[in-house]
Amino acid sequence: MSVDATDRRLIAATQAGLPLTQAPYAEVAGWLGLSEEEVIARLKALQKRGIVRRIALAPNHYALGMTANGMSVWDVSDERIGTLGPKIGALDFVSHCYQRPRALPDWPYNLFAMIHGTSREEVEEKRKRIAELLGPDCRAHDILYSTRILKKTGLRLKDRKG
Amino acid sequence: MRRAPLPAESLDEADRAILTALQDGFPLSSRPFAEAGKHLDLGEQDLIDRIVRLREIGAITRFGPFFDAAAMGGELCLCAMEVPKERFDDVLALVNAHPEVAHNYERSHRLNMWFVLAAEAIGDIERTATAIERETGLTVLRFPKLEEYYIGFRVPL
Repeated sequence: MSVDATDRRLIAATQAGLPLTQAPYAEVAGWLGLSEEEVIARLKALQKRGIVRRIALAPNHYALGMTANGMSVWDVSDERIGTLGPKIGALDFVSHCYQRPRALPDWPYNLFAMIHGTSREEVEEKRKRIAELLGPDCRAHDILYSTRILKKTGLRLKDRKG
Repeated sequence: MRRAPLPAESLDEADRAILTALQDGFPLSSRPFAEAGKHLDLGEQDLIDRIVRLREIGAITRFGPFFDAAAMGGELCLCAMEVPKERFDDVLALVNAHPEVAHNYERSHRLNMWFVLAAEAIGDIERTATAIERETGLTVLRFPKLEEYYIGFRVPL
């Protein structure tokens, strides 16, 4: 385990969000019996280690009009994916971009990129842009649209004692 | 979570500026709203009140630290199954009963059920995937991430 018991309590206390008060870190510190300085220092250290990716606001992209999304999947040669993956990941309409293993013969795709847009047509346009960027390095591709959310709870750290 | 678009008039220019600026980061300091407000030309309490309202109307899904499960020693794995139509609801109940199933989506493909397994300890993912296969009699394809490319997504406002 790479986080200590106090970090764990801090993560559990803030994973649903920060309080919307003038001194939010002081308030979290009060919940945990720590000082504000310690909470800030621990969050900084967690950020430095990559355990906290960022402290930020996540806009609800559906509420803001980005209602269409598709999981685009691509078969890119293993030699070229290291060069092409970051280019696709940097596109501002792509939210998640990963190299994943193929599952042959069922599944030849090794590059996954989630595309967001205001309509299905826009998502398809953006998919074309990715296809152009990949060019002949892409051997096959597909897109999967979600038709139903079956569960969405996110990762929740169990509130386990130190 | 709100899935329908908000009417355009529900956000003013300052709201849009807040959503744009704070997507990228929020200060780690004693009075972070005062600090962030300076760059947005908003007072501390005004910024807080606006974020409270944005949250109430469903324009924000989360506000705070984003954690990397893998960096904490946990594991995530995208999985997919081909579920026969007539068994879909039964299989769904078996899959969703596992607390490790964090997200689950029906998708338009022969592989029609896609879910993310999230666990705090190495080994829990494989155990859960194997249990799902045993319970359903179906293959669970595992797609763990091998490489993550920069996440450049920004909601345009």
